[in-house]
Amino acid sequence: MRLHYDVSGGEFLRAGEASSSLKKVLKQLGVSSDVIRKIAIAMYEAEINMVIHANGGVVDVDIDSEAVRIKLEDTGPGIPDIALAMTEGYSTASDEVRDLGFGAGMGLPNMKKNADFLNVMSEVGKGTTVEIKVNL
Amino acid sequence: MTVSEAAAKLNLRPIAGSKGLETEINGVYLGDLLSWVMGRAKERNIWITIQGHVNVAAVALLTGVSCVIVAEGAEIGGELAAKADAEGIPLFASDMDVFTLVKLIVGLGIA
Repeated sequence: MRLHYDVSGGEFLRAGEASSSLKKVLKQLGVSSDVIRKIAIAMYEAEINMVIHANGGVVDVDIDSEAVRIKLEDTGPGIPDIALAMTEGYSTASDEVRDLGFGAGMGLPNMKKNADFLNVMSEVGKGTTVEIKVNL
Repeated sequence: MTVSEAAAKLNLRPIAGSKGLETEINGVYLGDLLSWVMGRAKERNIWITIQGHVNVAAVALLTGVSCVIVAEGAEIGGELAAKADAEGIPLFASDMDVFTLVKLIVGLGIA
């Protein structure tokens, strides 16, 4: 099964709709709640990052009997130092975003913790692609 | 104990999400940093926070918490209430501070 979501960057307060929608689909497919939780957390963090840092992007999800593969692509500013961005507690989010409870520097660490495979490819000035795979 | 039983005992003001009131509670999570909550709150926990904006609904839905209490009289946005209703996430307001709420919850034997 393939799903596609457009994530709007201007709708900061609506971020999470793609992740919520995927969670519902996985529930209907009978995926176990532990696995759904891993997928939901990893995808939500990636989706929020896309909204906060990259003015939105597109998400493609591929579900088969073995795994859920999620690819998030944006054309935002890119990540200059991925290793630094992966560090727990490191964040470049604005004060405004922090006031809403984001920017704790847990986004990428949460993705890494919950995904069975995580790949972050980024080019400064061009954008970022995040690939997440969670085994079923 | 169900959400509705706990809400009555804690004197919480119901704001939205009446569809989820019969969910059984299994513990409590406190937190305002959404990513932190996202990674650590457990399914069917009560989540107590002072964040009242609409992203709270997404975190509640994705973590599967049993309900959300916006404590300390913090403002609850209309968008959050609408979203909580649409998703069946019980949302409550309380003027009590977080520590007092937790003491009462411990007294109920939930945590």
